[in-house]
Amino acid sequence: MVEKKYKFISQPRHPSENRRFVAGRGNFVADIDRPNMLHVAPLSSHYPAAIINNIDISEAMMMDGVIDVITGAEIGAAIQPLMNGLDTPKVQRFPLAVNRVRYAGEWVCAVVAESRAIAEDALEKIIIDATPQPFVLDAEEALLPSSPPVHPEHGSNILLDRKFVWGTVGEDFVNAEHNLSFSVIWGRNSTVPIETFGVVAEWNGWDNILDVWASVQMPKYSDQIARCLNLPGNAVRVHYDVDVGGSYGVKRGIKHATLIGYIARKLGRPIRFIEDRLENMRAGDAHGPERKFNVEVAFESDGNVRSMRMRALDNAGAYAGRAPFQLGKPISAIVGPYQINSVSYHAISVTSNKTVQEAVRGFGQAPTNYAIETAMDRVASFLKMDRLALRQRNLIRSDQFPYLIPSGSTYDSGDYHAVIDKVLAAADYKTLLVKRDHLRDEGMMAGIGIAACLEPSGGNSSFEPLLNEANKTSTWMESCQINVDGLGHLTARIHTTSSGQGHETLVSTVLGEVLEIDPSNIRITRPNSLESLPGNSPVGSRMAIMLGGAAARSAEKLKAKLIKIAAHSLGIDAEKLTYAGGNVLAPDGRKHTWQDAVELAHRQFHNLPEGMDPGLAAFDIMQVPTGNALPVDGKVHMYPCYSFEFHLVLLAFDPVIGRPEIHSYTVGHDCGTVINPAIVSGMTYGGIAHGIGAALLEEFAYDPNGQLMTQSFLDYLMPSSHEVPPIQIVKHCTPSPHTVFGQKGSGESGYLGSPAAISSAINDAVSALDIRFEKLPIRMSAISDAIANKSA
Amino acid sequence: MIQVSIEVNGKTVTAEVEPRLTLLDFIRDVAGLKGTHAGCEHGVCGACTVLVEGNAIRSCLVLAVQADEQEVISIEGVGGDLGRSGELSIVQDAFCEAHGLQCGYCTPGMVLVAEALLADTPNPTEGDIREAISGNICRCTGYVQIVEAVMLAADRLANRNYKSKPGQPSDQTLG
Repeated sequence: MVEKKYKFISQPRHPSENRRFVAGRGNFVADIDRPNMLHVAPLSSHYPAAIINNIDISEAMMMDGVIDVITGAEIGAAIQPLMNGLDTPKVQRFPLAVNRVRYAGEWVCAVVAESRAIAEDALEKIIIDATPQPFVLDAEEALLPSSPPVHPEHGSNILLDRKFVWGTVGEDFVNAEHNLSFSVIWGRNSTVPIETFGVVAEWNGWDNILDVWASVQMPKYSDQIARCLNLPGNAVRVHYDVDVGGSYGVKRGIKHATLIGYIARKLGRPIRFIEDRLENMRAGDAHGPERKFNVEVAFESDGNVRSMRMRALDNAGAYAGRAPFQLGKPISAIVGPYQINSVSYHAISVTSNKTVQEAVRGFGQAPTNYAIETAMDRVASFLKMDRLALRQRNLIRSDQFPYLIPSGSTYDSGDYHAVIDKVLAAADYKTLLVKRDHLRDEGMMAGIGIAACLEPSGGNSSFEPLLNEANKTSTWMESCQINVDGLGHLTARIHTTSSGQGHETLVSTVLGEVLEIDPSNIRITRPNSLESLPGNSPVGSRMAIMLGGAAARSAEKLKAKLIKIAAHSLGIDAEKLTYAGGNVLAPDGRKHTWQDAVELAHRQFHNLPEGMDPGLAAFDIMQVPTGNALPVDGKVHMYPCYSFEFHLVLLAFDPVIGRPEIHSYTVGHDCGTVINPAIVSGMTYGGIAHGIGAALLEEFAYDPNGQLMTQSFLDYLMPSSHEVPPIQIVKHCTPSPHTVFGQKGSGESGYLGSPAAISSAINDAVSALDIRFEKLPIRMSAISDAIANKSA
Repeated sequence: MIQVSIEVNGKTVTAEVEPRLTLLDFIRDVAGLKGTHAGCEHGVCGACTVLVEGNAIRSCLVLAVQADEQEVISIEGVGGDLGRSGELSIVQDAFCEAHGLQCGYCTPGMVLVAEALLADTPNPTEGDIREAISGNICRCTGYVQIVEAVMLAADRLANRNYKSKPGQPSDQTLG
């Protein structure tokens, strides 16, 4: 395919949002001061499991400046439980523990005071009488009938247990020449944004409305708050003009918002709660997947992989939420970029006495990619084949698209072989091999890591009905509204918060492209939820496809109106007119300008075509392309677009110290037509950095007593500028046939493949010692210990 | 309560504060400047970085009383005419141009660290830049475009046709 040439799309334009941020003029939630505002500090449980007998708040209530102390018993009786995506009605979740605590750190009660400092002081005066209960931390143990159930009313720890067989798995395993099996573990980490979650709520009893400002990235946030607080949907007004200081999936904040909304309504004063770092790490309910994979693959001597059996056991933490669906998204790319004929998948999610899991960048895809790529390395190792050649043999070819995978999704487009060839050339693969061997000669442990993977993007959440038959979701729309004012200037509304994705730039670029006007002259606004059209927030790498799509379609509607006005005015059939640079041109050379249309639409109704409404405005509510069906027989098509990435890494470490240093990192990325190159590259770099953290450093580790050990930035280590190397991005463009400009998603890029690539490199480095690392993160202590044990 | 007097962006702010009040909270809540951000509040992430007497420091680890009688520059003090609307310093402009940010939360700290680096080291190597920003955690960018931004700023500062006072932020908008 030939890439279309655009005037603004794919051109280097620096994002318009940047100016306010470099000047410190962002509008973050902690910056919002409301008159007469009160502050909240929550009290955390020390026990991982306990029955609450009594909470003595008397001393705290006597302190100057303390207004109220809210307990779980109070809020549990006053509001509805938080949304649970699964069919597990007895796994109930409230913002504060009701009668029973289920993880260490869980909020038991909340002090409301004139300042945050006073609220924190008051926490020390509250006395909790609780009886410790048995608890369970490990997912395999949680599965056992003998394990203590986190929710006794539910009867077991199993939230979800679904088996799928797609295609002739049994037959393929019997017929294949070889098979092998292995287990790998994706450790519990998260995105850990530098801004913690925060929310401000204010109840106006005269208008009966709850205003909410939150650092949020959450579909249907206002609906969920309203439902929990027993309010009409139109009594909750979420302000979308709050800048979100990073999220990458986790900033869902529904328990925080219901708690603070409840208090605001009860006390009639504005309430602010900004998590401190400890609250965020321990009880922000924002940990990511913790997943064990058992994988079996069937393959031939020539390297063709025929079939795969995968069991994925995920430790969801103490409550259900939306997190177990993270076992569902990977079904949409369960064979990765490979031609694997059949797959069986056993998805299990269990509760444990750990912090609650939330959506993390890729929604479960990065762990699954790590398992698939480990399988590829293992097969190559078994057959003594080159890892790269094995992948190239199994990759779907460019002439096979659209490509239907066994689990029911159809990949839209791609040219995986071409991307890999470009990366090998850019990274100078042969020289890289020489460098690795040279490092080895010098006594270093050096390895090359390889990972290929897909980024499913822009889907309609159809993993929900697939995993929960009571759920009939197929709609997952996004919208955009545009208006040309009486002076002829264009303003567009987007109906969501952003957390660094550059949505303002996305929309202005797309509108500028379609209407052929300068994007820098387009104003973008973010109204509140009551003034917004329906949307689903920036999740699942969807906004380039969905918000970009809705913006383009709005612009096309506006353009059609401009042409109709011109046709009427010039007395020529609309089909004979052309649109150029905002003006409409007639074949005879006459020109009907943008300003002419503005004048007619705003002031001269008598000169508009009959039946046309005045004004120049348009909106579009767009459904996911290809997202039109519920699952049938355990199969469903999930995502319109599939981006491809290929990672190639050289790293090395001293065998005694074991601290990996990345010598070379090249990634090939094909996400179709790129709307803004700087934004897409930035996300890819950031995703890789995040993946390096997941692979080498970051873990929410618990001690045997159920206490979180990594609850500050001194223990939970994130990559700094020393750990993240320079990264070379190799771009390729295979447009998607399903989107307006051929764009695909890119918000989760980098992160989806880098953990697999780093793991692959480390395992290559230690392969001569017959060591295998089967759990992420592979921390330097694990490396040096493993090597020391081998030597001893 | 203790009286402190801190010069913030050239303006003296005097207040009676609790001894436990951090400089971070003083800047945000007493001086009312919200561009300095709390990230970890235990001195690791660098989001709260400000310049005290020209040095980049973490305002969450300093008490307001310790900064008494000292000169503080926050992000609002960087840029043309101490925050005159819409004017950016060369460093800020380079961050925009190189897209050295995404969500913008760590950005004020990054910009101030870069200002401090370039005031001392006008021609930094990539290693100098990585070292200078290594105490500031960014979860969005992977640092690649931040390094590019600081390189770009260094180039532009070297080629501009006037010099600012040593230790002062670059205070000229690009023409």
